[in-house]
Amino acid sequence: MEQPVLRVDHLTVRYGKTCDYCRNGGKLTKNTCPHCKTVWACNDVNVTLYEGEILGIVGESGSGKSTLMKSLYFDFGITEGKGYLKDFENGETDIFSQSLQQKKYIKNHIMGMVYQNPVLGLRMDYSSAGNIAEKLIAAGNRNFGKMNERIAELLDAVEILQSRKKEPPKNFSGGMQQRVQISKALANNPAILLLDEVTTGLDLSVQAKVLELIRKIRQEFNISIMLVSHDLAVIRMLADRTIVMLDGRIIEQGLTDQILDDPQQPYTQQLVHSLL
Amino acid sequence: MEKILEIKGLSKRFYLHEQNREIRSCRDISFSLNKGGFIGIVGTSGAGKSTVLRCIYRTYLATTGSVVYDSLSYGKLDLVRASERQIIHLRKVEIGYVSQFLTILPRTTAKQHVINGALDAGFSYEESVRRAEEMMRYFKLSENLWDIYPNTFSGGEKLRLNLAHAMVKAPRLLLLDEPTASLDNNTKILVKELLMKLKAEGTSMIGIFHDLEFMEGLCDHVYNISQGSFQTGAEQSEAEQSEAEQTRAEQEAS
Repeated sequence: MEQPVLRVDHLTVRYGKTCDYCRNGGKLTKNTCPHCKTVWACNDVNVTLYEGEILGIVGESGSGKSTLMKSLYFDFGITEGKGYLKDFENGETDIFSQSLQQKKYIKNHIMGMVYQNPVLGLRMDYSSAGNIAEKLIAAGNRNFGKMNERIAELLDAVEILQSRKKEPPKNFSGGMQQRVQISKALANNPAILLLDEVTTGLDLSVQAKVLELIRKIRQEFNISIMLVSHDLAVIRMLADRTIVMLDGRIIEQGLTDQILDDPQQPYTQQLVHSLL
Repeated sequence: MEKILEIKGLSKRFYLHEQNREIRSCRDISFSLNKGGFIGIVGTSGAGKSTVLRCIYRTYLATTGSVVYDSLSYGKLDLVRASERQIIHLRKVEIGYVSQFLTILPRTTAKQHVINGALDAGFSYEESVRRAEEMMRYFKLSENLWDIYPNTFSGGEKLRLNLAHAMVKAPRLLLLDEPTASLDNNTKILVKELLMKLKAEGTSMIGIFHDLEFMEGLCDHVYNISQGSFQTGAEQSEAEQSEAEQTRAEQEAS
């Protein structure tokens, strides 16, 4: 059996005290317990990600997609569950129970994250080069010349002119900010890239550029990508497999074309039929 | 004869939750494909022809039945129950699917599209470029089209690009979903010649076609599908084939 690069078992993220009713699997209204108002943002989520594949995640707003992504990047504390990375102690130890230091190591070496909102991923007042350098320094690089070389390489890869590397991202357009974020996420050659709605809100030509970039990255670095998107056309073009989330749970998963052409669950059918 | 694909009791039902209604597509389909063979499927539109192909390719989950494929990578394998990872691998390396529609990433040139296909199948970059160029020449896509975005291509060019993209991987099994629909006669003849060549090289194929003339001399068997199931006696033997040819010759003469 092929070892996945990432495996998440029974991930649950909840806000609230919980009561006997919802703890014992009582029916929730959407993702909220009708009695104690506890929010189950992610509810018993199991995910596996294999080397070199793009895993699409779709679902309505509030279905837990971003919570899942941010939990994996340790932005949210999780309530229950375990996660294993092939590149971290050979997938034998749970990543969520590690110390802060170990989690930082994982964030800097094994995973890269690109947020929907660039403000979360970049320091808007630092120079773009500085933003990337921050990530390189965090991973232990200290040689100025080498870092400069790497930054030039990364900016080339995302098609940002070298002449603009000293400008802060706040001067940039949304698409450029997104590309700076991607280059920052790639700085330390991560094995896994988490992309949270990276093309949402970009105009079509910039969106095409970002999509092309994602395809190129996957092809060149054989990186594994988790891709959250509202845009089913983007999912169809890029994702190998797709999971569908609703109210914090995974309700359906399969090959992307099977999910989109032969959806089984009522919600997925509704979603696919909503396509223009 | 060794069989590459054996389909038994395949049916597909779609359940539409919103309408609370079940749609039956194909029913109890059984047939097998020999190595290097070519099976043609005909039938009126809506009869369930494409559903059969999509069940084999796992775009649709078959409701009942099995599709046993004799793969190089995993040995004999039921495609209905194989893991998603296995299917993804088989699609990249062994099983090709060609339709008249083109799905392509934006800002990808025709040549790059074909190169990507070869890269997926695990060839090195240089080898992929070489194979892609060879394939595009083979399918008579002229060099001045190579660096153009295929969205602007004509129907025939798109189809030949689709064929090149599928064939660059040198698949063992090729599924053709009405690849000749909306093509003019000259292009059809070209496609037919190319398919004959592929067959001669040992590729096993299943194809859906509308025009019977096209299938003559190409298919070993022709199944007629109607209301979701194969019509008995629709198998086209060689005697029948020559008979059909004869009647047509007579018609032409008169």
